[in-house]
Amino acid sequence: MSTSTASSIAVKTSTVKALASKNRFWSGVIFLVGALYFLVPLATTFYWSLRAQKDVLGFEAYRRLFADNNFLPAFSQSIANAIAAILISLLIIVPTAYWVTLRLPKLRPVIEFITLLPFVIPAVVLVFGLIRLYSRPPLLWTATYSSSRVLLVCVYAAISFPYVFRSVDNGLRAMDVRGLTEAAQSLGASWGTILFQVIFPNLRTALLSGALLTFAIVIGELTIALYMAQHTLGPYMADLTRSKVYEPSAMAIVAFAITWAALGIIQFVGRGQQAQIAGGH
Amino acid sequence: MKSSLNTDSKVANSTEGSAKRPPRLHIAYWLGVLPFFVFSGFFLIAPTLVLAFRSIEGPQGGLTLDNYRQLVSPTVLDAYGMSIRISLTTAILGGLIGFLIAWAVSIGGLPQPFRSLTTTFSGVASNFAGVPLAAAFVYTLGRVGVITALFKVFGVNLYRSGFSLYSFMGLSLVYLYFQIPLMVLVILPAIDGLKREWREAAENLGATPVQYWRSVALPVLMPSIMGTMILLFGNSFGAHATAYALTGGLFNLATLLIGQQISGDVLHNPGLGYAVAMGMVIIMAISIFIYSILQRRSERWLR
Repeated sequence: MSTSTASSIAVKTSTVKALASKNRFWSGVIFLVGALYFLVPLATTFYWSLRAQKDVLGFEAYRRLFADNNFLPAFSQSIANAIAAILISLLIIVPTAYWVTLRLPKLRPVIEFITLLPFVIPAVVLVFGLIRLYSRPPLLWTATYSSSRVLLVCVYAAISFPYVFRSVDNGLRAMDVRGLTEAAQSLGASWGTILFQVIFPNLRTALLSGALLTFAIVIGELTIALYMAQHTLGPYMADLTRSKVYEPSAMAIVAFAITWAALGIIQFVGRGQQAQIAGGH
Repeated sequence: MKSSLNTDSKVANSTEGSAKRPPRLHIAYWLGVLPFFVFSGFFLIAPTLVLAFRSIEGPQGGLTLDNYRQLVSPTVLDAYGMSIRISLTTAILGGLIGFLIAWAVSIGGLPQPFRSLTTTFSGVASNFAGVPLAAAFVYTLGRVGVITALFKVFGVNLYRSGFSLYSFMGLSLVYLYFQIPLMVLVILPAIDGLKREWREAAENLGATPVQYWRSVALPVLMPSIMGTMILLFGNSFGAHATAYALTGGLFNLATLLIGQQISGDVLHNPGLGYAVAMGMVIIMAISIFIYSILQRRSERWLR
């Protein structure tokens, strides 16, 4: 009896071992095929970006890209837009999420629903509605380039709501909002002091990941900027791919590096947290 | 000891809080969330409501559903059809491939570094879309792309044997670049939720691995898999930038059609344009809704 059990266990462990190595083999195959699909386009793009000079591999395409008169203005404008959108988004979402956690928990589903709207309304539909709403007299907002730019920044802030709300909400759940607030209040702190000196510092990680994710999405955004006739990075890149041969490859590599940097910092700061999920294609 | 202390203080806290707080909501409470509602109203809700209203407004005023009836006209049907075909294809393929990759780096037995590499890369790749992604694929599989040239060396002319990057097949191939990583990111936690005890219990009852997957693991994972595929469907259905950058906006796709309608009334009927846009919102809303239901159902098992 005992020997047969022992031998059946032995048989089982050996089949389990065989199965594990078979699994590992197929895992390796799947990983390899996946890696090929994902790395080949990057590798070929990088290869093209080095070939701008005849018969020499070098960084000529990058030099030309950065020397292009339209590149740096578009790039800096996009960076400024992204930073402004992030600040607006944080200034709206953090107090809202804090207040809902502390005083209006019943409102949470409504707020959550609204922050998810950017997933339901495709960017091209949103910009369609914005143009129809804000380009004629009662609410003329797209009259000049800079007023359109303000509108664009506000829309960027709004489409960052899903990401920023989720990370701030996670951050608030990880701390004792009520306890901290009551402690601060009993020490005589005002609401402004509580928000900026107690809540914001405790949310550092959450704010940083929300901000960086927003940055990654907004920096090269094409659709909304395009139809609002803004000279930002997205429309600039689309123009570039139509008019130049080598520069777009350098640009794609730079864009990939920016995305990688933003997401890499999130991973590093959030150590082991699930990576954030995004959209906006 | 520590935990009992904690619960005690929590109880004390909550009774204290309810004693201090007045039962009805103070008007000032609502002021705290006012900026959020005003801002969302201006930049998310109002623009959508304008489209919704215009789509049911007749040419001479009054309400009508005519514009929605005209959605079955050939141009619109073609655009919707292509969008739905691409979204279905990339949702199913992206879902399956993403699931396999997630399986490989979690319970498939690859060492831990493969997993962190995959999640980091997936985070990047699911955000790497639009113009740079389109450009990368042009350099790879465009008419003079590196892989296209490589095929020529072996005597295969891709573009003469029916392949084109600027077609259904090509666009699907490009979309998979952000669809697969999204699947990996969403499905990995679900796979992690499969409990070791379930597998051991199944094995001890004499189940083969196939039986375990068919009767235990897959039924538990199914809501997550289906839900995420629906999320992928919406993700691709609403995509505009990548397709625009790849085809210059001239491909017959629902999002590109709306783009053309913004710049000039290509449908020769503004009302129809609004209906096309609202149709997209409705389809997106349905898919996000189903996704959230399925996600809630899967959480039941995976807690």
